Amino acid sequence: MVAVVAFWALAVVTVGSALLVVLLRNVFHAALFLVLSFAAVAGLYVMLNADFLAAVQILLYVGAIAVLLIFGIMLTQDVTRSNTSHSLWPIGLGVAGLFLVVLLTALSRIDWPDTPRPAQPTAAPLADALFSHYLLPFELASVLLLAAIVGAIVIAKER
Amino acid sequence: MPGLFHYLVLSGVLFAVGLFGALTKRNLIVILMCVEIMLNGVNIALVAFSNFSRAAALTGQVFAMFVITVAAAEAAVGLALILAVYRSRDTVDVGRIDLMKW
Repeated sequence: MVAVVAFWALAVVTVGSALLVVLLRNVFHAALFLVLSFAAVAGLYVMLNADFLAAVQILLYVGAIAVLLIFGIMLTQDVTRSNTSHSLWPIGLGVAGLFLVVLLTALSRIDWPDTPRPAQPTAAPLADALFSHYLLPFELASVLLLAAIVGAIVIAKER
Repeated sequence: MPGLFHYLVLSGVLFAVGLFGALTKRNLIVILMCVEIMLNGVNIALVAFSNFSRAAALTGQVFAMFVITVAAAEAAVGLALILAVYRSRDTVDVGRIDLMKW
């Protein structure tokens, strides 16, 4: 019962905040609602027995990516009314709506398994998997982050 | 009890909202924010599948962690690009960054 209420509350906050990100005229307010959406997604991860991933979501998405986006908003001016749509927005709405309809139709025709995993801490099993089975992607991710850091500095520095 | 279907519908709706924003908005930073919304939707689907599958491995959560890592790297480089564009064209409106338009 608590799980049902929690799921619907978190789902409404997530999707509602995402809609406000798209629809609000003020870019800074949109960024703040993006932060709220990320936090609600972290709550959903807790409900899905992904406790470590919820902490990573707060640390990385809220603490790094959203802060970076707000820095970008502050450095590129005209904050209060620059979240507008271009004139072909009905086509975008149609494409996104068509995608959603097709996806929901496909999802509703499948008999999904319904037994959730028993709740247990996931940090140790994730570490085991990440450093044994997924070691190569882990090392490649570190190289990717190095490339991203160097690239961002080179692209954004003054001439 | 919310089952796998509920989480997948939520993931799809979130992805569709991000897709609508990424296709429709004129501000470069808002487009980047909508891409992050789409990536969050995908992550919810991955973690939901990991939770409701009968396998013992946490593959979905590992995949979601890599998606978060790549999203962070992509946001950093994307914002560097936006700053460079703003410095050169003095705008972040995609309607006015159209040098390559025919």
